[in-house]
Amino acid sequence: MIRFLLKGLRDKSRSRLPIIVVAIGVMLTVFMNAYITGFMGDTIEMNARFTHGHLKVMTRAYAENEGQVPNDLAMTDVNALKEELSGRFPELDWAARIHFGGLVDMPDEHGETRSQGPAAGMGIDLLSPGSREAARLNIPESIVRGRMVLNPGEALLAEQFSQKLGVNPGEEVTLIGSTMYGSMSMYNFIVAGTVSFGAEALDRGSIIVDIEDARNAFDMNDAAGELIGLFDTGFYDDERALEIAHAFNTAFEENHDEYAPVMKTLTQQRSMGQLVKLMDVWGVYIISVFIIAMALVLWNAGLLGGLRRYGEFGVRLAMGEEKNHLYRTLIYESVFIGIAGSIIGTAIGLFFAALVQKYGINISGLMEGSAMMYPSAIRTRITPADYYIGFIPGLFSTVVGAMLAGIGIYKRKTSQLFKELEA
Amino acid sequence: MNSRNQAIMKLIITLQFAAVVLCGYAQPSADIILERIDRNLSSENRIFESSMTIHGRRNSRTITSKSYAVGDKRSFTEYLSPPREEGTKMLKLEEQLWIYSPSTDRTIQISGHMLRQSVMGSDLSYEDMMDDRKLTETYDATVTGSEELEGRKTWVLELTAKVDDLAYASRKLWVDTERYIPLKEELFAKSGKLLKRSVMSDVVQIEGRWFPRTIFYRDMLKQGSEGTEFRITDIRFNSDIPEYLFSKAALKQ
Repeated sequence: MIRFLLKGLRDKSRSRLPIIVVAIGVMLTVFMNAYITGFMGDTIEMNARFTHGHLKVMTRAYAENEGQVPNDLAMTDVNALKEELSGRFPELDWAARIHFGGLVDMPDEHGETRSQGPAAGMGIDLLSPGSREAARLNIPESIVRGRMVLNPGEALLAEQFSQKLGVNPGEEVTLIGSTMYGSMSMYNFIVAGTVSFGAEALDRGSIIVDIEDARNAFDMNDAAGELIGLFDTGFYDDERALEIAHAFNTAFEENHDEYAPVMKTLTQQRSMGQLVKLMDVWGVYIISVFIIAMALVLWNAGLLGGLRRYGEFGVRLAMGEEKNHLYRTLIYESVFIGIAGSIIGTAIGLFFAALVQKYGINISGLMEGSAMMYPSAIRTRITPADYYIGFIPGLFSTVVGAMLAGIGIYKRKTSQLFKELEA
Repeated sequence: MNSRNQAIMKLIITLQFAAVVLCGYAQPSADIILERIDRNLSSENRIFESSMTIHGRRNSRTITSKSYAVGDKRSFTEYLSPPREEGTKMLKLEEQLWIYSPSTDRTIQISGHMLRQSVMGSDLSYEDMMDDRKLTETYDATVTGSEELEGRKTWVLELTAKVDDLAYASRKLWVDTERYIPLKEELFAKSGKLLKRSVMSDVVQIEGRWFPRTIFYRDMLKQGSEGTEFRITDIRFNSDIPEYLFSKAALKQ
């Protein structure tokens, strides 16, 4: 019977159009799922890599005022703590960071201020052998002019910021800030290069320096505002992160010192928990709406496909074919069409998703003025779900549509079949 | 002299004595009190060395400096210790303030909102350091009462700004009734919010004027601050100060 059905499907009017419609619907479903997963995942991972980490250790006092970047409340003896964390939780890569605010001052030939602008800076480990910080922040690929920081006393400025100040690579700027103890600090940096991350929040006034320079500038010997940990897998695992944070914090439960360290997961930090939950909910919501819409389209296509064959069914019934058999063959056909359309659609959808995953779609223009860090390019992310999600509308809806259309078969009366055929 | 005349004479003598006593302890007007304070605290010029101990939640740091001031318009300060601050210089000319950092060899002008930043992490702002104007020129005062403070009788004065460009819209002063030195001061914003509190102690007489050698400042808005103790270790009034100090060139010397 299968051979018979397959022969029947060689009739283009019965197979080609339904398969094309199913394949298009499935392709869109697969691509959309990969797109939403990619965009939301990238946004979360970007915020994790730049700011929150998958886990972050700070002092309790710093954590309470984290938004103000209170370096006077920073952790001390950071190297020892980092070693301890690396030993206890080896699945994470730990890195000390210093966030700071200040003014970047560009002198003229007389040493007087030529231009000045407020800066939001970051001291990260750029010079230690084996440090993954530069790659993590995608700095080498973000360089617009000049080169990476290779020596102490060098800095990277955001391209947009450097143009505003009129600073070029190779020129010296003075960073004016505040030490860990509140004194005014001035520290000279040679601008090694300029960077553009594509995120307005970072490109507006960023300065990136090596953490040891930041420590010298702000009198933070062996101190850091925060220690961030990122899973070696590259993806946030909330369940494991919560376990690690709990294990770490339990050891300090009896310590009431406001400078005692506290560990927070990505979802426990400021609005990130809400964002992650919101993105999860919206992701499911968007995909569900899309799948339902696609299912309705394909269901309708299956329905129309069945109704279009009204005459054919009449002839087959007149030739003595049983209604149940006719109905079953209709369903089997729709299963073949659904499977074929879903496979083709999934393959094409994965192909486009793979292209966008590799090359991305530049949306930096849309993100101008945004305070939130969004990736400058949308990239899809192909997950295992993409290999089967298209079958929900592709197979299920097509079959349901055919089943509904096939109900009409049972309402046909043999006595009227010839009249219908004559007409 | 009959007994009636004797009684009148006694009354007159008593009244005269009471008048003398009352005159001696009479409360002068608020303007006079401010003028006497200015006479103690202001001078044509002065050179002083000071130590500023900043008490933080984690530790305390002491910064020493030497300052030269002429009137209320020009001053020059060089920080002497600790090593990180050594050689840092501040120059005030009229309404402008420059800071020189030897480690960067840069001179930066401090202006706008930066004037409200803390000096070396202390409870004092650059604005506090800059404003040396006489109280009589900047505030209207009224005496609102008297209190005893640390065993000293004080008049309580409330000052209201009469010029616009002041950091503090009003002040409350506890002024020593004998030495005309504020022993305590509270500084308020226009909204009435208490911004800073200072307590003066170790009052000594130097070259005929009373002067508090120690002032304990507390920025009421600064989290984690335990206060700043500003102690004058040496002060000379009306000495010769070289004119070249009050130039930007002097910052780099």
